[in-house]
Amino acid sequence: MAGNDLLRVEDVDVSLSGRVILQDVNFRINEGEFTGLIGSNGAGKTTLLRVILGLQAAARGRVTVHGEQLTRSNRSIGYVPQKVLFEVDLPIRVRDFVALGVDGHRYGVFRRSRQTYDVVEEMLHAVEAAEFSDRRIGSLSGGEQQRVLIAHALVSKPELLLLDEPLANLDPGSVQEIIALLHSVATHQHVAILLSAHEMNPLLPVMDRVVYVANGKVASGTTDEVVRPDVLSALYGHHVDVLRVHGRVLVVAGENLDEQQAVPDHPAFVVE
Amino acid sequence: MHWIFEPGLFSNDSVRTALLLGAMVSVVSATVGVFTVLRGQSFAGHALTDVATAGGAAASLAAVSPLVGFIGGGIVGAGAMDAIGVQRVKGRDIATGVVLGAAMGLTALFLYLVTLQSATTGATQLILFGSVFTVAPSTLPEVAMLSVVVLVGLVLIRRPLLLSSISVELAAARGIRLRATGVAFMVMLAVAVGLSAIVIGSILSTALLIGPPASTLKVASRFMWAVSLACVLGVVATGLGIVLAYDSYYWFPSHRGLPVSFFVVSIVVIEFALASLVGRRKLARAVVVQHDPTKAPEQVGWV
Repeated sequence: MAGNDLLRVEDVDVSLSGRVILQDVNFRINEGEFTGLIGSNGAGKTTLLRVILGLQAAARGRVTVHGEQLTRSNRSIGYVPQKVLFEVDLPIRVRDFVALGVDGHRYGVFRRSRQTYDVVEEMLHAVEAAEFSDRRIGSLSGGEQQRVLIAHALVSKPELLLLDEPLANLDPGSVQEIIALLHSVATHQHVAILLSAHEMNPLLPVMDRVVYVANGKVASGTTDEVVRPDVLSALYGHHVDVLRVHGRVLVVAGENLDEQQAVPDHPAFVVE
Repeated sequence: MHWIFEPGLFSNDSVRTALLLGAMVSVVSATVGVFTVLRGQSFAGHALTDVATAGGAAASLAAVSPLVGFIGGGIVGAGAMDAIGVQRVKGRDIATGVVLGAAMGLTALFLYLVTLQSATTGATQLILFGSVFTVAPSTLPEVAMLSVVVLVGLVLIRRPLLLSSISVELAAARGIRLRATGVAFMVMLAVAVGLSAIVIGSILSTALLIGPPASTLKVASRFMWAVSLACVLGVVATGLGIVLAYDSYYWFPSHRGLPVSFFVVSIVVIEFALASLVGRRKLARAVVVQHDPTKAPEQVGWV
């Protein structure tokens, strides 16, 4: 269930090594909303997430959380990166790794409070990881590791959770489990989710909004507003067909578009 | 005890100093070493031992304490590696390789000059392979102070250092100052390498830095257990190595004792082999239990 305005990305341009990666990016995310950040590999999804995290400076525009300019290490944002390779012999139990989500950034000498242990326990149960909480994290399956990474990100009680390709390399069963878990987090804990993926179909049942990235540009809105031939054709600069088969969406490429046709006056290209 | 070790072992001042020194250095090396292995900086650690060698040789030429040379060289090397880019995963091997090559060149020059200064090979032997029985007891307070500084420093940065060792991206997202934390750790690594060079020589100090931590990572499932066990294994290796080296004087009719570093490194290798066996058995049992459908959920997990 969507609430008030949480994150706003306005007129953002991003360049890396002099090359424009993203241009004129506009979208917003409301409290407790599930948003899919969809685009092919190399489209700039990770770069956009890094901008929101404050790890990558935007060449232009601004990113705000609750109307305030974003600062690095904003505690209201949790993050699950694309690849975390946990070695099998990493001597860290699941519960200890989740606890690092609370105090892993703190320098100095201190003891963990009872409250920290309680919130870790609570989060392990929330992501259904309690049963393997005493095992080494490197001994878990890919799906189990994703649950633990989500718990690590949620344990500091963020309002927005960014996940970079969390469904990549998971088997179909694990994909469904992770999506159900994240939907539950958005619904029950009222945490807004921004999940990047190159395949949108698994997310269709739970997505409130889609941010579609292609060709350095972004279109955002509901799935019906964005996943349309005219909007995606404008994004890609090619004619694109959108086919719906048994509730699944297929985006099929066509011919090149004329430059004039590539920038339509469509609500998906402006922040609502 | 006569039938195990020759009499007078523990009443000998040199042995007592060596054992104290070995224990302190082992604890520091093992603690720093666990992070070194987790961060994938074992090669950087080894390169620092070669830089420490150059420092030790330079100190010998300048007639100052080898400890100053070992640690000074290590810190200069750590700074050079950081400047070239050792903190970045992609730049790590390049930074380490460049500094390692330069250090070896300097070591060759300094050791050559040392041999011109002295008619014997004693100084070269001491720098490369150590001679813990010749360390003056007056060195102990310096070593103790440096050990405390490194251990306290590690305690202060342990959680950000651990998180950044697991995932640089996660650490960056949490606002951890990666560069500052990495540089602080490299300095501690340089000091640890310099300290262990005193005991087993600069060339072999990698053995104490990497061996016990690598062994414990095979068997420990908790971070603090890994650190504690690495310390125990390090202390056992140096302690037993010193005792065996002392006793080896009586093993042969020629009465020429074998080097401490040989025994320490041999014990470290044996510890690693045993830990690998135990770790393999533990992993196999864990996999069997995980896939046993007859077990109740609470029984699933490490055994």
